[in-house]
Amino acid sequence: MQQDSKNDISIVLCGAAGQGIATVEELLTKILKKSGLYVFSTSEFMSRVRGGTNSTTIRISSQPVRAYCDRIDILIPFTKEAISHVKSRITQNTRIIGDESLIGEQSFKDCTFLELDFTKIAEMVGNRIYSNVVAVGVLATLFKTDKKLIAEILTEQFHQKGNEIVQRNIEAANKGADVIEEVLMKKPLNLNLNISRDPKISSDLILSGRDAIALGAIAGGCNYVCFYPMAPSTGIASFIAQYGDGFGIIVDQSEDEISVINKAYGAWYAGGRGFATTSGGGFALMTETISLIGVTESPMVINLGQRPGPATGMPTRTEQGDLQLALYAGHGDFPRILLAPGSIEEAFILTQKAFNLADQYQVPVIILSDHYIVNSAYNLPQLTLSDLKIVKHFVKTTEGYQRYQFTETGISPRGIPGYGKGMIRVDSHTHTENGYITEDALIRNKSVEKMMKKLELIKKDAFLPKFVGCNDYKVLIIGWGSNYHIIEEVLVDLHKKEYSVAFLHFLQVYPLPENTLSYLTKAETTIIVENNATGQLANLIKLQTGHEMTHKILKYSGYPFSVEELLKKILLIIRGD
Amino acid sequence: MVEVGIKWESKNIPHWCPGCGNFGALRILKESLIDLKIRPQDTVFVTGIGQAGKFSHFINGNILNGLHGRYLSNAIAIKAVNPQLHVIAISGDGCTYSEGGNHFLHTIRYNPDIVNIVHDNAVYGLTKGQASPTSEIGFITSVQRVGVYNEPFNPIAVAIAQNASFVSRAFVGHPEETKEIIKKALSHKGYAFIDLFSPCVSFNRVNTYQWFRENTYYLDETHDQYDQKMALGKALERKKLPLGIFYLNPKPTYEQNTRIYSQDTRPLFQRELDKEALMKLINKFR
Repeated sequence: MQQDSKNDISIVLCGAAGQGIATVEELLTKILKKSGLYVFSTSEFMSRVRGGTNSTTIRISSQPVRAYCDRIDILIPFTKEAISHVKSRITQNTRIIGDESLIGEQSFKDCTFLELDFTKIAEMVGNRIYSNVVAVGVLATLFKTDKKLIAEILTEQFHQKGNEIVQRNIEAANKGADVIEEVLMKKPLNLNLNISRDPKISSDLILSGRDAIALGAIAGGCNYVCFYPMAPSTGIASFIAQYGDGFGIIVDQSEDEISVINKAYGAWYAGGRGFATTSGGGFALMTETISLIGVTESPMVINLGQRPGPATGMPTRTEQGDLQLALYAGHGDFPRILLAPGSIEEAFILTQKAFNLADQYQVPVIILSDHYIVNSAYNLPQLTLSDLKIVKHFVKTTEGYQRYQFTETGISPRGIPGYGKGMIRVDSHTHTENGYITEDALIRNKSVEKMMKKLELIKKDAFLPKFVGCNDYKVLIIGWGSNYHIIEEVLVDLHKKEYSVAFLHFLQVYPLPENTLSYLTKAETTIIVENNATGQLANLIKLQTGHEMTHKILKYSGYPFSVEELLKKILLIIRGD
Repeated sequence: MVEVGIKWESKNIPHWCPGCGNFGALRILKESLIDLKIRPQDTVFVTGIGQAGKFSHFINGNILNGLHGRYLSNAIAIKAVNPQLHVIAISGDGCTYSEGGNHFLHTIRYNPDIVNIVHDNAVYGLTKGQASPTSEIGFITSVQRVGVYNEPFNPIAVAIAQNASFVSRAFVGHPEETKEIIKKALSHKGYAFIDLFSPCVSFNRVNTYQWFRENTYYLDETHDQYDQKMALGKALERKKLPLGIFYLNPKPTYEQNTRIYSQDTRPLFQRELDKEALMKLINKFR
């Protein structure tokens, strides 16, 4: 792997839904970050509220670590099923810390096993409910975290529940800390956990993709959030519902997705900034309205959180299978913008900018996120707010105002009702400059051409792909959206092995930036990495540029690429050539 | 008394069939608006698809003519984002009770401060004569060849059962009474629903002007408009259909419930993002 394991530790927590693994994840990452370590976490879980088996992977390092890996250095099983659930990831280097009864019939003789009964320790504190915090204490102490720091975070976390609860939690963590120290004296882990700390990191943010998208929407000036609960997009609306107080944002859980998009549409019409958040199946219901948005030249911002389809698919897994849906949704021809954030920063910035873009070009802007990015988190120093602007593009109208006035650029100044003397006439039917319906062929032609003209402007304003590597590359890896950090980490290893490889990351997949082809033709080998069955971006690139990828690495199991898996697949191609 | 300067005429001449109920409805609506001194620039007509949906073409003001069945969702959001606008949602029985049935049901629950006039002619006029959800059993069309056999939808009963805040029924053949109902609806704070009988002279030869005159009667002072059970009873009368205001149920509107306007009455487009508050929120995640 790209980092020696003494500098990069991977901890996996595995157990049933309802056992509080998410709490361990949250507390542990906060504590370790506060102590000056880089942290990353991502979770995979079943579509259940109780039971089943879920796992969270936490990576800790002295350098930024931001991608999912298969490797497990430390495994904490919470149920009997846990170990077999992650069996394929366990090696002889995996240390398992847990209650012996959880191992059961399985033989992992090669692994180091440390017997530690979290539940029993929790009961000593007063209740088995504290077993999570015991685990937090154990794990934090493995990294020699100061007890005072642990207590500080626990106080922050639980102070609303009263001092009694806070003290109990601190006691639980301390007990866990004491017990692991005792255990380690008898049986060392043989794992160097002496990861160098950087005090600057302690004040870093920890944000998930969900947090970043929601904050981006707030930063973009959204004031009408509309949604119908659907994994993996629900969290974005509930984040805004939870933290949006004081920003004057209406959060509306509507009766179905068709209502959702029509409300967000009505909001923009009246001068608001509507935001609809949904997943593939919900978006599919919105397609007629996408067409309405297109032809009436309304702004719109939609978060499409992708998950494996078709139909119900696997509700809580990940995929990049809706690019084509987002691209072609809505009958007829009209321009749109598709964005695909690959990092937490991009999730924030692209969502924020989406609102200005939508307002400026009067088109639907669809943000293609997915389960993986929404449910992954890491630390970062800040979210750049300094150059953040909310640019309102609507105008105050005068008498005789025409909403669809033909202009040089194809963009007509957009008025809103109740602001000025003009009347705002918007119609789903083909319409004149004045917003009245028409069946005149000449006007129809001009209206169609007007919309297509906008696309030319949008193309020029496209977010350029992010290029990583040096310019004399032989092999070019192409990715989009949430694969960014995974490919980025793989690239470091490829460079260490001295391959001439570079990486092109698309954060905007439609319209494609104009310099796309120039990157592709330079390479001898182009390898696209996508989480779908047909290579949806590869197909779009071929359609728009004529370039056919030499290779496609496609994954559609519902699980993200791991750095190990992707490295192996790329090496196979490069060595095979 | 017409206020100088208020003009509701649009430059388009209505192209409905001669005798269409919509002509009367359009005239009555304009007169109501003038009486109440409402101005076109402060009004948004949100219409659906259907002959009634064409209202937006034949009246001055701001208009949003959206998709079949979805206009109520547009209307809720428009009002919520700028409550200073008069939002009048107009469409037909197909658009509202069939394609838009789910939105009709839930709009009642939200109680947005809008007026909803549903032109009920128990037929699909725009698409030339199929049955609508309110067509009576036995109504024969080119599709329902042995006559409608599905249970007619009763929007009045549904609205009352669901605690709508203003439930009424009117008939364009009675312009004065209809005008009074529309004016009351326009003045009502909350979702004001009018099921407006507006005969389709081309495709419904059963429920004609004459038929409506003979088969309706007005609720009078013996009817307690605040009594839900009584109102529901009236709504279930099918022999002779009651007209007038069935039910009044004043309650907080959607805009009030969101509390977005409790401290700040400005419409949302006038507001700015509080950058400091955003910074503070982001810092919570350190």
